[in-house]
Amino acid sequence: MAYSNKVLDHYENPRNVGSLNKDDPNVGTGMVGAPACGDVMKLQIKVSDTGLIEDAKFKTYGCGSAIASSSLVTEWLKGKSIDEAAQIKNSAIAEELELPPVKIHCSVLAEDAIKAAVADFKSKKK
Amino acid sequence: MNNEQRKMPIYLDYSATTPVDPRVAEKMIPYITEDFGNPASRSHAYGWNAEKAVENARKEVALLVNADPREIVWTSGATESNNLAIKGASQFYSSKGKHIITCSTEHKAVIDAVREMERLGYDATYLTPEPNGLIDLEKFKAAIRPDTVLTTIMFVNNEIGVMQDIESIGNICRQNNIIFHVDAAQATGKVKIDLEKLPVDLMSFSAHKTYGPKGIGALFVRRKPRIRIEAQMHGGGHERGMRSGTLATHQIVGMGEAFRLAREEMDTENKRIYQLHQRLLNGLTEIEETYVNGDLGSRVPHNLNVSFNYVEGESLIMAIKEIAVSSGSACTSASLEPSYVLRALGRSDELAHSSIRFSIGRFTKESDIDFTIELVKQKIDRLRDLSPLWEMFKDGVDLEKVEWAEH
Ligand SMILES: Cc1ncc(COP(=O)(O)O)c(C=O)c1O
Repeated sequence: MAYSNKVLDHYENPRNVGSLNKDDPNVGTGMVGAPACGDVMKLQIKVSDTGLIEDAKFKTYGCGSAIASSSLVTEWLKGKSIDEAAQIKNSAIAEELELPPVKIHCSVLAEDAIKAAVADFKSKKK
Repeated sequence: MNNEQRKMPIYLDYSATTPVDPRVAEKMIPYITEDFGNPASRSHAYGWNAEKAVENARKEVALLVNADPREIVWTSGATESNNLAIKGASQFYSSKGKHIITCSTEHKAVIDAVREMERLGYDATYLTPEPNGLIDLEKFKAAIRPDTVLTTIMFVNNEIGVMQDIESIGNICRQNNIIFHVDAAQATGKVKIDLEKLPVDLMSFSAHKTYGPKGIGALFVRRKPRIRIEAQMHGGGHERGMRSGTLATHQIVGMGEAFRLAREEMDTENKRIYQLHQRLLNGLTEIEETYVNGDLGSRVPHNLNVSFNYVEGESLIMAIKEIAVSSGSACTSASLEPSYVLRALGRSDELAHSSIRFSIGRFTKESDIDFTIELVKQKIDRLRDLSPLWEMFKDGVDLEKVEWAEH
């Protein structure tokens, strides 16, 4: 399979790999996908008191496009408010990474991971 | 492009195909340009020379497996041999019955030929092997019916390298008056085959798995007791009517020379390959959560199939571009299809996807093995650092108990 240079770049040099403390009240964690389907993404955001995302980390089990999609969104998330974060669309991810049709589901999964992380953060603040 | 990118990956896919040995290529060339005659031409020296070369090659193929040259029928490869044997014998002996026994881990050229017989009204039983890839003889015996006409079981498995107990299966077939076909495409030059002793009626061979050219193979058809098959290719009545078509002299010469070299060199070659196998096995199994697929005892050393837990198959293949290997996962389509062979052993989808088949051969060097071990270790480490599943495993989470949001 031919990958775009952007996918290869994120795959070779993934940004923001790692984990945040999931018990921290300012951290939201989203875990989506299933091993049997071939991809699992864990995305974490750390939100400042002013409501801006100050850190984002990911770990992904999946193909090169799944790794690149999650790496890319950690870059995009930093500095955004959680409402702006929830606006990120899979189509923007797919376009930026030039994903072929069979890899669109990777960008969908990344969008789902953001939504799950934001929902987790919000539930902690209730 | 810089040099680094242009360097060819190290070839560790000898089970897919082998390079033609330069000594074989050299023997073939005159039969394309000078001695180009049709071996069936009886009226001039061009034909006689070609026929002599074909018969010499037939003798060499027969010698490797201790058969009579008159028991060797040329075909285009093991796919054709399998089709000719399975369709030809089950059709010829259909008065005995219309039930065929095979195994679910056979090559597609066997499975699909059997499926075609099912379409024509035959019944088939697909034995499931044990988790180590080997067939339980008791289960085989239990599958036999009064109307079983043919059993087809491969000698050496192309994906996991395990070797079936051909002698025992053959003896059971003899006792039950069942024709026994063996796909030996992956066995020649790796395993000693003595057809004078082995109770096998039909055996398929391919040249290109044993340092010969692609597009040529043979089918052994036993003379004593005589086995008959219905031809599948009709025409000029070549090969005693079993397979018509002008013989491909240069290809046949190549197969003969490749099999001659295999006969002369297999003892020394296999010792060397066994050393390389042990080196690779020891190196790779130092990695945590690594599973070898297929029995480690009953196997050829040329193959090592390993699953790496908690890394995804496609990203693994992407990570080890410097080596040419096969993956247990066909990632060509949107739906990942794990290998049917590994699934038949009861491996989970995840482990089937993250499996790599390393196959080593005549031109593999010790330094290739060392490079491979280092590369795989380094890349598995990197991918596991990225893997949330690895992190959970290390934290003691039982992944079987997690409720995944399937999508
Ligand atoms: C076990 C087995 N049988 C049959 C074949 C098909 O052989 P050929 O390529 O000569 O048709 C292969 C090779 O892919 C094989 O590994």
